[in-house]
Amino acid sequence: MTDNFTALFNTYSWEQIKQSIYEKTSYDVERALGNSNRTLEDFKALISPAAAPYLEQMAQLSRLATLKRFGKVMQLYVPLYLSNECNNICTYCGFSLDNKVRRKTLSPMEIMQEVAVLKEMGYEHVLLVTGEANQTVHTEYFKRVLELLRPHFALISMEVQPLDTEDYEVLIPLGLNTVLVYQETYHREDYKKHHPKGKKSNFEYRLETPDRLGKAGVHKMGLGVLIGLEDWRTDSFFTALHLEYLEKKYWKTKYSLSFPRLRPFSGGLAPKVEMSDRELVQLICAYRLLNEEVELSISTRESVVFRDHVIGLGITSMSAGSKTNPGGYAVEPESLEQFEICDERTPEEIKEMLKEKGYEAVWKDWDRLLQ
Amino acid sequence: MLTIADKVFNSRLFTGTGKFSSAEIMEQALLVSGSELVTVALKRVDLKDQEDDILSHLNYPQFNLLPNTSGVRNAKEAVFAAQMAREALETNWIKLEIHPDPKYLMPDPIETLKATEELAKLGFIVLPYIHADPVLCKHLEDAGTAAVMPLGSPIGSNKGLKTIDFLEIIISQSNVPVIVDAGIGAPSDAAKAMEIGADAVLVNTAIAVSRDPVKMAEAFKIAVIAGRMAFEAKLGSINSSAVSSSPLTSFLDD
Repeated sequence: MTDNFTALFNTYSWEQIKQSIYEKTSYDVERALGNSNRTLEDFKALISPAAAPYLEQMAQLSRLATLKRFGKVMQLYVPLYLSNECNNICTYCGFSLDNKVRRKTLSPMEIMQEVAVLKEMGYEHVLLVTGEANQTVHTEYFKRVLELLRPHFALISMEVQPLDTEDYEVLIPLGLNTVLVYQETYHREDYKKHHPKGKKSNFEYRLETPDRLGKAGVHKMGLGVLIGLEDWRTDSFFTALHLEYLEKKYWKTKYSLSFPRLRPFSGGLAPKVEMSDRELVQLICAYRLLNEEVELSISTRESVVFRDHVIGLGITSMSAGSKTNPGGYAVEPESLEQFEICDERTPEEIKEMLKEKGYEAVWKDWDRLLQ
Repeated sequence: MLTIADKVFNSRLFTGTGKFSSAEIMEQALLVSGSELVTVALKRVDLKDQEDDILSHLNYPQFNLLPNTSGVRNAKEAVFAAQMAREALETNWIKLEIHPDPKYLMPDPIETLKATEELAKLGFIVLPYIHADPVLCKHLEDAGTAAVMPLGSPIGSNKGLKTIDFLEIIISQSNVPVIVDAGIGAPSDAAKAMEIGADAVLVNTAIAVSRDPVKMAEAFKIAVIAGRMAFEAKLGSINSSAVSSSPLTSFLDD
């Protein structure tokens, strides 16, 4: 096994993978559906256009596999945006350096104001989000935030700039349980186009972030791509390849996948590639049929109707009541959002909706004492 | 009746509390199951909150709570978690689960043995979740375990007793109760485990994710009773060739 994912990644060609996905036939799809231990070749078939007529069958199988492994429960989490300061230019993001908006990083007192609202909502799992501003929002800042938040939440996740292994090694004992790091796209050239400036423009550094997390011994990591930047089928194949590599190498770590579709933001880029709701369901089911244990997460980017219907098809966790701006819950509700959310229901409303569907909302699935 | 440490159990069906669609359905199913030992994941409950949604639905005198350490990755974390559970839930019973592998939740035999030794010294009634490893079971006995909980197949898989050959060895040589844990997917699996001489079974997923968990809980209750009865009555031996009910030599007895 190679020392990091880049070495494996470099043995693949984007164009060849793309071609092999689009060449899959109904025979390949049927064979993939019939297999009990599915491979990445089967996954290619399941995400291919040839699988479209088999969507209902995929959904039925995905539902059964998800029920067996996860039961009739749904994990709930909420994002807490700490800062919109960012030194990167990302063509699709509201926090981009060239987007002229007022920048804000929450102070400890402001963080606690936000926490009070989230606790009132019932949350025990919080996801900390920032832009990438290494001068102000850095490891020392995260240390202070974790110390502040740890007594109040059972589980703390983070979606911030990629850090070095040593940084993660400092933060994990302070209560950092999960780190989400999306590659955005595995298309090297397009990645450069969308990230022309800032530390984020280093494709390899981002690609190797899960390796650094694995070496640091993180409990859980979340992977994914930003759907809309490039061909979603090819990007999803590379996500699956990355997941397979990581699961074998960092076998003590748990994994989750997310499927953020590019959403409007102020001054933003229209998606290059549109993914329909039908295709997103196909992708969710394909991931579940490839991997029965991976957690699949859906955010409030998606519509009410869509979110209500994908419950039971493979999704195991969802956010609710989210604000995507720093201070959005209490301090400064009107500040700029990173992206527009689509499902604006309160956590209580989501809990009721889950109940009507025969699911239980799970607020707590970890405990500080276990870490 | 089954005795583990200082407790006597009328029911040999132990149950779990995960994966139910609501705490109310969980409560109904567990009541119908007749179970007297109910395992709860420390990571799911709020130890500080008496009104915790799961714990408040288990507040019956017949339910003995068995906190489990699911989520810990080594002996050190397990011992700490057990101590916290003892303080909060006022029980020295602990289901020891150490699975550093979050994919298949395979138990770590080395860390489990270490933790059992330490917890037993600290006065815990330890019920370790383990692979169906006969040698490990003997080491655990020496370490002071109160029972052993070998898996039938991977947790939540509903695949049944894939480890049956090893379970039979464990049962044949064990000096502590053997509780078959994990993988039991159908009442017939539970009955089979009881028929081969398991002292009890622990069932969660098969009940929780069935279409009617309450009815399924009852089915498991009956199956466990039937399996135990069959074990006590002694099953007939299995032969590879037919044995006539009118043997060829019977004329010699005439």
